Amino acid sequence: MILIHCPYCDEKRPEIEFANAGQAHIARPLDPSGQSDADWETYLFIRANPRGRHHERWRHIHGCGRFFNAVRDTVTDKFETTYKAGEPRR
Amino acid sequence: MTRFSALSLFTKAFGGHQNWPEQWPDAAPKPAYDAIIVGGGGHGLGAAYYLAKKYGITNVAVLEKGWIGGGNTGRNTTIIRSNYLYDESAHLYDHAVKLWDGLSQELNYNIMYSKRGVMMLAHNVHDVQSLQRHINANRLNGVDNEWLTPEQAKAYCPPLNISPDARHPVLGAALQRRGGTARHDSVAWGYARAAAALGVDIIQNCAVTGIRRGADGAVEGVETTRGYIGAKRVGVSAAGNTSVIMQMAGLDFPLESYPLQALVSEPIKPTFPCVVMSNTVHAYMSQSDKGELVIGAGTDQYVSYSQRGALHIVEHTLAAICEIFPIYRRMRMLRTWGGIVDVTPDRSPILGKTPVKGLYVNCGWGTGGFKATPGAGDLLAYTIAKDQPHDINAPFNLDRFRNGRLIDEAAAAAVAH
Repeated sequence: MILIHCPYCDEKRPEIEFANAGQAHIARPLDPSGQSDADWETYLFIRANPRGRHHERWRHIHGCGRFFNAVRDTVTDKFETTYKAGEPRR
Repeated sequence: MTRFSALSLFTKAFGGHQNWPEQWPDAAPKPAYDAIIVGGGGHGLGAAYYLAKKYGITNVAVLEKGWIGGGNTGRNTTIIRSNYLYDESAHLYDHAVKLWDGLSQELNYNIMYSKRGVMMLAHNVHDVQSLQRHINANRLNGVDNEWLTPEQAKAYCPPLNISPDARHPVLGAALQRRGGTARHDSVAWGYARAAAALGVDIIQNCAVTGIRRGADGAVEGVETTRGYIGAKRVGVSAAGNTSVIMQMAGLDFPLESYPLQALVSEPIKPTFPCVVMSNTVHAYMSQSDKGELVIGAGTDQYVSYSQRGALHIVEHTLAAICEIFPIYRRMRMLRTWGGIVDVTPDRSPILGKTPVKGLYVNCGWGTGGFKATPGAGDLLAYTIAKDQPHDINAPFNLDRFRNGRLIDEAAAAAVAH
């Protein structure tokens, strides 16, 4: 089990306290009716799925309950950093 | 290729098993082929075999970055079934089940396909309704599936705890009698041996590092760790690594790769006669011919290529197994491992053409690709040979994520499957 640093609680806690919420920094379209089918496909379904450095969202569901972002290596599962939601992509 | 027969096995057994010839040559890459299959698992080897056997394309190479069958083919829990809800899925998976029948004879290799039955348990009212809907849909599609009462389920699988005050009460079960297991390593080896005998080159330790395309955008060949290999047709069957390969051709795919874990117990005498799956509490179990209980756990929640998962996932599955089959509470587990599965948004595979000319894909089988091995191989071969999908795999195209014609087995099962 991996340990995850919650940037709000400022503590490393075990993974079972957290829920992964998928790829980070995917912005919902501001003008839904102006989007093409291809735009919707990209927004809804296409994912980076990188082998290596990955930006993802986590939620400290059994702690403070807040969403935050993380950078993790998908080969070693090691976290590079975690940062608060709304902060720029690292 | 030396043909196996009762006599050849008998003679070699009495000769102390000396002088068995190698099953297929460890080929070195040639400068060019008519077609290349990326990924030397069951699906890829099957595709190469059917290309050579049914579609007459024998100048084929299978490129495997590790060793044959060392990826998800050797890491799954060997379950075969076709009781999927939607028409498209039922046709796809039943195509594979039909090919499993007789595969040992066709390949002259014992893949140990055992039709011991796959029983899916219902623990609550929703499960009962969902499984009965599946049974009705399956029977309309000509796929066998039947409803068992708790007593009938217990008679079919005696270790089952059907006590009404059990932690996970059994309200009934759906049984597909044609479902069962096969020995996964043998499937890879059997296809590799039969394909090599037809002229296919099976190249191990050869990772694809790039896809070379011509001025018109069409595929010309692949860059590998063993040099450039030319081919106008490239079929990618790389499971968890599909996204990485597709990026080499500039394609972003609707896939995410997760670790899926499995484990086996110490070997014991035969006690468990079938396959039992409980989707609600995540317990999937059968007993191998070696006597080990083979147990499938769930996926980890995060994207990973690490081929290992966390212990709490295994613990969750074992907790459910101990409740449903109390006789195994004191069993010790021998090994756990993980494989990387590529999951699509609708939990149905992508099998067909890509926007790049000459590039074909077979991916997105998620947590349940083993059962489809012969069918996926056959349909990928058909698609490559004819440059168009077969009617069976046509609905499993990439366009469905744009036009919305999803085949939403994820919603149908509401769990990993």
